[in-house]
Amino acid sequence: MTMFTVRDLTLALPNLNAKRAFRPAPAITILSDLSFDIPAGACVGIVGESGSGKSTLGRTLVRLYEPTGGSVVFDGTDITHLSPEEIRPLRRNLQVIFQDPSSSLNPRHTVAAIVEAPLRLHGSANPVADARAALDAVGLSRAFASRYPHELSGGQRQRVGIARAVALRPKFIFADEIVSGLDTSTQAQVIALLKDLQRELALTIAFVSHDLSVVRHLCDRLIVMSAGRIIEAGETAAIFEHPQHAQTRALKDAIPLPEIDDSWLTA
Amino acid sequence: MTTPPAVTPALEIRNLSVALGGDRRHRLLRSVNLTVAPGEVHGLVGESGAGKSMIGKTVFGILPGAARVVEGEIHFHGRDILGLPKRELRTLRGREMALIPQDPLTALNPSRRIGPQITDRLVKILGHSQADANRRARALLDEVSIRDPDRVMRAYPHELSGGMRQRVLIAEAFVAEPKLIVADEPTTALDVTVQRRILGLIAAMQARHGAALLFVTHDLGVVAKVCQSVSVLFGGHVVEQGRTGDILAAPQTEYTRALLAATPRYDRPDAELTPVAPKITAALTLENEWADMQYAR
Repeated sequence: MTMFTVRDLTLALPNLNAKRAFRPAPAITILSDLSFDIPAGACVGIVGESGSGKSTLGRTLVRLYEPTGGSVVFDGTDITHLSPEEIRPLRRNLQVIFQDPSSSLNPRHTVAAIVEAPLRLHGSANPVADARAALDAVGLSRAFASRYPHELSGGQRQRVGIARAVALRPKFIFADEIVSGLDTSTQAQVIALLKDLQRELALTIAFVSHDLSVVRHLCDRLIVMSAGRIIEAGETAAIFEHPQHAQTRALKDAIPLPEIDDSWLTA
Repeated sequence: MTTPPAVTPALEIRNLSVALGGDRRHRLLRSVNLTVAPGEVHGLVGESGAGKSMIGKTVFGILPGAARVVEGEIHFHGRDILGLPKRELRTLRGREMALIPQDPLTALNPSRRIGPQITDRLVKILGHSQADANRRARALLDEVSIRDPDRVMRAYPHELSGGMRQRVLIAEAFVAEPKLIVADEPTTALDVTVQRRILGLIAAMQARHGAALLFVTHDLGVVAKVCQSVSVLFGGHVVEQGRTGDILAAPQTEYTRALLAATPRYDRPDAELTPVAPKITAALTLENEWADMQYAR
């Protein structure tokens, strides 16, 4: 079973930096000719340097951007050019967890209201109970339901973001650098949680990160990007064993392992 | 690198306690001791709230809000700097200390060009001529591998990338040949490949100019690569301290072992990632509170 079939995906956006007054902005190509499949139930790591297009690719998969070329087939439906109305019913299966939970959670809403919102929007029969179940699933007790985002720690806030994404029992989640702002211990907690949820809910996940150590622990497949193109893709273990591309090696070697190595700084 | 005892440490912190409003029952730093030799890089590592940045701020005399030093001494090259009048401390800071902050965007004034932001310290505190300061700034920008120093000197911060801005701040930190530099999570906001380059730069500059460096980070991997010695902090208390190699190879405390077990490593994909167990942090918190009760008496 394939969750995503992506063929020749191209995305060009207006380049507002190069825009001149009273003229349309020139287009700048962000993603060029990407083709890959995501099998159902897989956790795919999308890695690359900043500016390589990894977050943009994730956002295009959940159709926050409309591709300018190629096709994106999600679970048997071609979603490449669906209008906002047409894609809305599919949204319950295309969820996002954002990098910075303090800016993606409404500060005026309680945790319960935040997690219930997508449930109400998609016509859940019992949003309150479903939201509770989602909060239970991410390990936040009842006491958190009535709190506001500013009353939570960074790790707890990220759990709320995860609860909101899994509340609808989606088929696919795009997780955008969700552990990069967290402490080591909290990061380990969130990784463990994501692994459990993936197993329990049979989720397919696209996990964007620049930390290859995290990706190695979490993802079974890998897409390595550079300048809007895929430079390497395949099974994580194989890529780590024999990275084909110099940039993949550079990304891997850039991770400081907690052991003394005097050559690391000068290499 | 072992230091013979005859050398005066660049920084010696003795029994330092900092508390909110000077209330000895609730300390932010709990009897911290540490020594940094000239030319040494000492890491301060711990989770958020461990007090690692607080140590640097105390040394600089820039404690936030109601935080006060309630006990202890800070010796900078043998001189006690806690009792110094504000004006003298300011001069000392300008001449002999520098800070590399975490976020290069907020640390630079967005409405001023890069050039004067680097030369300010030389011109206003050390009394160099502007031309001389410009020459020096240009040389430093060159040292941190900025290709076109003249263009960067004229640029505004928003015109530079994150990595470039961090290079500018490193150049600024070294411009007056300081004896002590506090680097407060200088690469946390950067991409891994950029981080590696910046860490290499900081280490090379530090070795060439011979400053002592206090390096604040939450990443044990970064500590392993840049710090010769390290203090592991929890709740403002030094849990473990020593040579980096020794501590990473054979951590003596449960907490350091737990931090290492929570750090993912691409070379050990099958090792289970375990968060620091609540019973470990609860025990440390209890110890800290007990110590505060004894301390307040």
